[in-house]
Amino acid sequence: MIHKTAAELGALIAAGETTAVEVARAHLERIEQVEGKVNAFLHVAAESALEQARAVDARRAAGEELGPLAGVPVAHKDVFTTRDMPTTCASKILEGWVPPYDATITTRLREAGLVILGKTNMDEFAMGSSTENSAYGPTSNPWDLSRIPGGSSGGSSAAVAAYEAPLATGTDTGGSIRQPAAVTGLVGMKPTYGGSSRYGVVAFASSLDTPGPFARNVLDAALLHEAFSGHDPRDSTSVREPVPPVVEAARQADVAGLRVGVVKEFAGDGYQQGVLNRFNETVELLESLGAKVVEVSCPAFTYALSSYYLIAPSEASSNLARFDAMRYGLRVGDDGTRSAEEVMALTRAAGFGPEVKRRIILGTYALSSGYYDAYYGKAQQVRTLISRDFEAAFGQVDVLVSPTTPTTAFPIGERADDPMAMYLADLCTIPSNMAGNAAISVPCGLADEDGLPVGLQIMAPVLADDRCYRVGAAVEQALEARWGGPLLGKAPAL
Amino acid sequence: MSITRDEVAHLARLSRLALGEEELDNLAVQLDAIVSAVARVQEVAAEDIPPTTHALPITNVFRPDEVRPSLSSAEALSGAPAAEEERFRVPRILEEED
Amino acid sequence: MTTLVPFDEALARYAPVLGIETHIELGTASKMFCGCPTEFGGAPNTHVCPVCLGMPGSLPVVNEKAIEYAIRIGLALNCSIADWCRFARKNYFYPDMPKDFQISQYDEPICFDGYLDVEVEGETYRIGIERAHLEEDTGKSTHVGGATGRIHGASHSLVDYNRAGIPLIEIVTKPIEATGEMAPLVARAYATELRELVRALGASDVRMEEGSMRCDVNVSLMPKDASEWGTRTETKNVNSLRSVERSVRHEIERQAAVLDAGQAVLQETRHFHENTGTTSPGRSKSDAQDYRYFPEPDLVPVAPARAWVEEIRAALPELPAARRVRVKAAWSLSDEELRDVINAGALDLIEETITAGASPAAARKWWMNELSRTATAQGVELSALPVTAGQVARIQALVDAGELNDKLARKVFEGVLAGEGTPDEVVAARGLKVVSDEGELVAIVDKVIADNADAAQKVRDGKVAAAGALVGAVMKASRGQADAARAREIILERLGQS
Repeated sequence: MIHKTAAELGALIAAGETTAVEVARAHLERIEQVEGKVNAFLHVAAESALEQARAVDARRAAGEELGPLAGVPVAHKDVFTTRDMPTTCASKILEGWVPPYDATITTRLREAGLVILGKTNMDEFAMGSSTENSAYGPTSNPWDLSRIPGGSSGGSSAAVAAYEAPLATGTDTGGSIRQPAAVTGLVGMKPTYGGSSRYGVVAFASSLDTPGPFARNVLDAALLHEAFSGHDPRDSTSVREPVPPVVEAARQADVAGLRVGVVKEFAGDGYQQGVLNRFNETVELLESLGAKVVEVSCPAFTYALSSYYLIAPSEASSNLARFDAMRYGLRVGDDGTRSAEEVMALTRAAGFGPEVKRRIILGTYALSSGYYDAYYGKAQQVRTLISRDFEAAFGQVDVLVSPTTPTTAFPIGERADDPMAMYLADLCTIPSNMAGNAAISVPCGLADEDGLPVGLQIMAPVLADDRCYRVGAAVEQALEARWGGPLLGKAPAL
Repeated sequence: MSITRDEVAHLARLSRLALGEEELDNLAVQLDAIVSAVARVQEVAAEDIPPTTHALPITNVFRPDEVRPSLSSAEALSGAPAAEEERFRVPRILEEED
Repeated sequence: MTTLVPFDEALARYAPVLGIETHIELGTASKMFCGCPTEFGGAPNTHVCPVCLGMPGSLPVVNEKAIEYAIRIGLALNCSIADWCRFARKNYFYPDMPKDFQISQYDEPICFDGYLDVEVEGETYRIGIERAHLEEDTGKSTHVGGATGRIHGASHSLVDYNRAGIPLIEIVTKPIEATGEMAPLVARAYATELRELVRALGASDVRMEEGSMRCDVNVSLMPKDASEWGTRTETKNVNSLRSVERSVRHEIERQAAVLDAGQAVLQETRHFHENTGTTSPGRSKSDAQDYRYFPEPDLVPVAPARAWVEEIRAALPELPAARRVRVKAAWSLSDEELRDVINAGALDLIEETITAGASPAAARKWWMNELSRTATAQGVELSALPVTAGQVARIQALVDAGELNDKLARKVFEGVLAGEGTPDEVVAARGLKVVSDEGELVAIVDKVIADNADAAQKVRDGKVAAAGALVGAVMKASRGQADAARAREIILERLGQS
């Protein structure tokens, strides 16, 4: 049961061949069985999951027409507010906080009949690329438990890769969906900025944060994408255009005549050879499927990482100011004599982990008077240059491709003391956050050196999310034919 | 460009983080490394490049002036570290600003 | 105790420069960025939601009406309206500010570069408007455990966020120079005129006593022979028109003393004390404030369509200055009379009464005398009395028709104010009616003449003035319902004097 795809589970439930309750039970059992090794969840909501499943079964029994994912379980990143479960963003400062409201995406999952199994682990406030920055302990990569599952949505990637859930939600600010998907052998999509609602997503960097789906195949990702996307009047940056036809594109799986650009800048120093090998083979594969491949230069992309590490911390320093011990969350040092100001500073020092503090200080610096123009201002100009590079490139090609990450999953602890090395994990994913365009990661094989998954990133213009799915599905179909099944089938049993 | 420990201490005060001595020392070193790396942005962006604050060029998103249901005070206060008389109880405040 | 230099002496040596920042809560139904009500005085923390509580994950969405009001105010202040502008975050920590940043506008205000003319003692002063921008209000703290409920000495505070997120417009003047000894009055006149203007625009109830309009007053002095401005102080939250005047006067006197002593005025925030009329310094901050403004990423730019702006301009009501000119002429008022009407808050009421049919003189008479006295006695605003302009006009119509005299009319007002019903209902219920039945009146007169033989004889002897006592007696006997003029005619007739 747990090895079935979301589309299959939805169809089985719809056909009455199984029930949502049975499906939920199977996944809850799996969670019980492997969580000790994986630590993908911060909160498992077994009771409420079964209740939701029963509700779906009842609606179905009553003859209600339900969506394709009704009754299918989903693991929900702990950055989305949920009124019946804690929302902590893996931070001590929000330990035990149960929000009085649901995120728009939470609401849409419920409306689509998806069964929320629980909340997944992440880097604290989505800051990180390894899920090591969780206040509640790291998550392990199901391919190799000593390695990171990527981040910040590492709990979601691990849960899906470990068959604890067929689907998961994530948020992608600099690569936090695509990078964990790549290093765990999954499909992970960052929709066009504004295509998925940020209302109820605890903000890291507001101008970059984009919720998106994780799945074990392209079609499942498209189904989840479609289920929770669409205009939200509560999010001023939400786009009004209709959701691109992502499910249709995932079924189309055809690249004949499509123009594919290989980003020249994403290769060379710092790229693992095994990653480049798989990437180059996949480009050849695309060509063999009838795509027209050209090399494209996007020089501003090499400045994206620097720009990102000014913009994201700047916005974060402001977004995270509200965690001040006054209205919710942790309060430390309130002994009746200390001032509010002192209690705020003590609480924030005790409640935030090192990476969060580092970024708050960095962002405060970049915005402070005298430095704004040189750092934040320049970073915003670089953002313009990146968008222009994308515009120029999409004038010549339909999609751009690159490796999703320069390396495969690294061992837990390896980069913990070297923030700059950690930041390199997002090298290829950041430009799409800066420009707001759509980008997906799909599995493209195992690296020769370590036998760990490699991801192919496919970038499409703003609101052309369907192209990511179309190309992703074509690659998936061809590679699975070659592999004799999904890449995840090669993962060691847990 | 280099960041001093004093500067980090000032930034910590501005961002309400009561950091310990060791944390300040470490952060000064790390920030200096990060800032020197990210200062690369200054190499490319010429004066005439407009800044991008929003990825998509959307303007004029408004809501009509309509009252919607509020939370109850119990819901509003449900996560409060301390409450009194239906209000959020907070430690003494040093002085009004603004 | 701070030493002060007498005002006239200070002005002999120094020229004051003023700047006034006024925060006005806009009269929208819902808050700036969420659907919570803006109503004043709800139970604590009941007009709040995830957005105005700054809860993690919540996002703001701009209230269109607030934008419209801001444009309306900007146009009335002769400002330019931005083609394109953004909101910005002003970052600082404070317990009554839910997100620990305020959504405001920084270098791109929605309205900029205008002016407002104010009149002081017959002289017109043009006050330049630097900008008017939109922002959100903060919550309200109650300080507990201190001696007087003040912040100083309190053990803790209680915060109510009902006010958090109410839309504010902040209107900032350009430096106001060359007002000399008139500076305090000019400051007051500006605040008064701004209040009248915003009220006339229907964009706020501008009640200073409820805090829906608050002024911060900047004052600096420069020696008369100097060419550069002095260091300014900013006196915060000055909450009445009188306090605006007094705070300016006090700062002039205080700063003059500081400068006379050869010391430097500190650039600082000061607080005004209503009871003493003085200001005191705020807490000096160890770190200079650095608000780290940056464009609010959760909101998109505002680009008001020119057609919309022109639509708003076309719909502007008559503004107070124009109205004053019109009313003064139409009602034949002196400057003082007009001022009294405005100060009494009677302008709208009188105008409505005239519209309902009364003459300007009669409408003004009732509102400025009878009703103003009642309002003062009850300690309420004139407009809060339970009588409408239509009812005032109706009572006057009854007087004009001879069915009531002034004395009876006052009784009708008494009844209406006591909640006894409409003027006609009060007239009917209390049986208030001028006695117009000639026979009845003649009978009363004859009885009065018989009862007051001495007075009657005096009149017969030609002392017509003595008839007054007889008229009074007729009025008394008729319980005020007789037509006094007719009664007098009949008395004189009966006593052979007509």
